[in-house]
Amino acid sequence: MSDLNALTIAEARDLLRKGEVTSVALTEACMGAIDGAGRLNAFVHPTPDLALERARAADARLQAGDAPAMCGIPVGIKDLFCTEGVPSQAASGILGGFHPPYESTVTAQLRDAGAVMLGKLNMDEFAMGSSNETAVYGPVVNPWRVDGRDLTPGGSSGGSAAAVAADLCLAATGTDTGGSIRQPAAFTGTVGIKPTYGRCSRWGIVAFASSLDQAGPMTKTVRDAAIMLEAMSGHDARDSTSADLPVPDFEAMLTGDIRGQKIGLPREYRMEGMPAEIEKLWSRGAEMLRDAGAEIVDISLPHTTYALPAYYVIAPAEASSNLARYDGVRYGHRAALGPGEGITEMYEKTRAEGFGPEVQRRIMIGAYVLSAGFYDAYYNRARKVRTLIKRDFEEVFATGIDAILTPATPSSAFGLGEMANADPVEMYLNDVFTVTVNLAGLPGISVPTGLDAKGLPLGLQLIGKPWEEGALLNTAHVLESAAGFVSKPQKWW
Amino acid sequence: MSEIDLETARKVAHLARIKVPDDNLPALAQDLSRILTFMEQLAEVDVEGVEPMTSVTPMRLKRRADGVTDGNIQDKVLANAPDAREGFFAVPKVVE
Repeated sequence: MSDLNALTIAEARDLLRKGEVTSVALTEACMGAIDGAGRLNAFVHPTPDLALERARAADARLQAGDAPAMCGIPVGIKDLFCTEGVPSQAASGILGGFHPPYESTVTAQLRDAGAVMLGKLNMDEFAMGSSNETAVYGPVVNPWRVDGRDLTPGGSSGGSAAAVAADLCLAATGTDTGGSIRQPAAFTGTVGIKPTYGRCSRWGIVAFASSLDQAGPMTKTVRDAAIMLEAMSGHDARDSTSADLPVPDFEAMLTGDIRGQKIGLPREYRMEGMPAEIEKLWSRGAEMLRDAGAEIVDISLPHTTYALPAYYVIAPAEASSNLARYDGVRYGHRAALGPGEGITEMYEKTRAEGFGPEVQRRIMIGAYVLSAGFYDAYYNRARKVRTLIKRDFEEVFATGIDAILTPATPSSAFGLGEMANADPVEMYLNDVFTVTVNLAGLPGISVPTGLDAKGLPLGLQLIGKPWEEGALLNTAHVLESAAGFVSKPQKWW
Repeated sequence: MSEIDLETARKVAHLARIKVPDDNLPALAQDLSRILTFMEQLAEVDVEGVEPMTSVTPMRLKRRADGVTDGNIQDKVLANAPDAREGFFAVPKVVE
């Protein structure tokens, strides 16, 4: 057991319970891996002292018996989660120096279950991006590499994905507004699930687009996703959109039996110019599920093509409102003022200095689509299209479809900087297969299913019915087992 | 095709309270135009009689007793302020 940091949650849990390993040993192994992985730029605020303190407490709890599954498991936390006394700045300059005096509900649940926070993970600024290049900390580098180039781990939860893929932690938290868990999971050969909107409390997570944001786990296996999602889920009175529903034992639902399940393949996801490899992977995934006893059905989700433009109206509109709070008064950065400058200059200079270019762009787009004269043409129309997108899914599920299989991303990981001169809209196309799920509030999971010709991981996405994460995880588990994806990035960092 | 002119770009920046130097306005106007043009596909959709979505999961907002649940944490509230004095947030003079 030389590489304790390479264990899965399930393996570590079983060893911890048998007393064959300690949380302190697991935590030290991860801290060593983090120290040696500065080149990846995944952990941006390590918390080694806090981690060891929690690991010792977890070991004591394990010895006393009856510890929850996450007890003693070292995890990384995306910088978007407020963590008490620990820097939490959403990878933005505007939250530089912010130390929250409170803990987000999701991280508090993990802490109370005995999980050990190793530190905060890099991400795109305010979760706006698909390549982790908009962070004030600089980009994260994907541990996967096939030539001399530094590749993106995807975004916005790029630090989380890279840290899990490189075995710097056993698992990590992510958040997903338009694909920010599933796309980086696909780019790094890891598993990421965005649960049903309302499954995890949003309280204490820095808000991007409140009607779309959801937290979820990023893990090495589907089983680990089931274990960690259960610990993160549940009703919270402090988030009015959090669902007051019981949280099932997701792991117990991994029966491996999907006989008789109907899996839909939406024809609208067969995009023009889709790489042949992605198409092949998709058909192979469908075959694997058919071989396991599922019935494969062609379905139609007719409004799919309008999901991206609707998303890029709604998300910036909500962001422009949510990010109005960064005014240099209550927390974070405040610009130095010249003689004669007043409060308006303070706001405008503070926000110009504190926000990066992509965040500024989205705030301004949001301000524009919400402004008098454009509200109906853009914002209201987008919300109506969102109703239609959700209806597409409802109609398909009403015909007896249990889950939907699609590609997770239109390509494998691309090189850092390669999109620097691209139109902003080109970067948005990364989310083409994932945004529909956020718009409809559904659970979606990315499962590593193969390697492309270059040797980079590719993922497939499964979309489930609302609140049926258990069944979705079970189908994902079948796909994972059939695909037998075991590749790991070769250590070069 | 949406064309955002320099004046509109300047106005949007001010609405968003983000200082954009004059030199950067042409690039901003171009970016905004491209993004808005992309959004114009939405005009093709027949939305006649469709309600705009207000809540993605059909649920009633919970109610609770109208009581104080928090408070007496002035130190915590002010702890992260760039400028706090005598128990208040301090800002440049607002009223002459």
